[in-house]
Amino acid sequence: MPTITQALILIAILSLGTAITRFLPFVFFPNAESAPPYVHYLGKMLPTAAISLLVVYCFREIELTAAPHGLPEVIAIAAVAALHIWKKNTLLSIAAGTVVYMGLVQFVF
Amino acid sequence: MIKNLPKAFKAAFPHTIPVLTGFIFLGIAYGILMSGRGFGWYWILLTSVVVFAGALQFVGISLLTSVFDPLYAFLIAISVNARHLFYGISMLEKFSGTGKIKPYLIFGMCDETFSILCSTEPPENVDKRAFMFAVTALHQSYWVVGGVIGGLIGPLLTFDTYGIDFVMTAFFVVIFINKWRASKNHAPALIGLGAATAGVLVFGADNFIIPAMILIIVCLTVFRKQLAKGEE
Repeated sequence: MPTITQALILIAILSLGTAITRFLPFVFFPNAESAPPYVHYLGKMLPTAAISLLVVYCFREIELTAAPHGLPEVIAIAAVAALHIWKKNTLLSIAAGTVVYMGLVQFVF
Repeated sequence: MIKNLPKAFKAAFPHTIPVLTGFIFLGIAYGILMSGRGFGWYWILLTSVVVFAGALQFVGISLLTSVFDPLYAFLIAISVNARHLFYGISMLEKFSGTGKIKPYLIFGMCDETFSILCSTEPPENVDKRAFMFAVTALHQSYWVVGGVIGGLIGPLLTFDTYGIDFVMTAFFVVIFINKWRASKNHAPALIGLGAATAGVLVFGADNFIIPAMILIIVCLTVFRKQLAKGEE
């Protein structure tokens, strides 16, 4: 467990690292007009690809070869997807999916 | 000076309601997790104000409770948030000419703020810059308030919160479904899923993000002709 000073240093570093990822493109291309068409093309395609990356990121530590073989995650995600396609209510989908997941990992698996 | 700020907040608020509910909920989950590791509400306030990156703040809980390793923390911050590079490239045009508020718009650009700013236009009588500032500031305030509430009620909770961090997963899945339904061109989504999955399989859970990002860029570059066509 880090000391208070160490915790403050860690938070400062997390803040700095995050800021670098957010500011870097604007440092490279201070004027949007001067960015080449290739960069504009990437700007259109990247958001969706990045969200997909995030979804996989959430599942990165599931062990398919050991019990429970990722079943709680698969079931809860199926619940989120089904509910969201049906009701299109962001909060409802998230809340219900989380309750399903917590129930599964606490009482079933 | 930004013109008519109160008007902009009024116009922005309805657009931020889904994030209000989501962020209060996620923020409370974050606050509960932090307080469970012995961090009081003022620590949550601090991280949510100066870091303001949900995924990293969740990952950061374990960094704050294990052996002190600043370099590792920095590399984690860069790789977990590397996707922001993609957002920045997407917002170059929209943020140009925003003057004094530009640094805050860039600082506050989380996943949710990004998706609203790139998909929503303010009403004609509302200043565009003030609108973007309002969305960003509202989102961050929801996140901060949710976290502090979680930090305050966390110690009082008697039920088992194991598994509550799944809210983050569910949130990204919902964003993914929304993006999928909003576009007929599913190639970027499929490239993202494929590259990330390949990255996990080849490089493992802890090191896959940067290789996956490079693979995404390579795929988008190689298939640029076909993809740019599909977008028109």
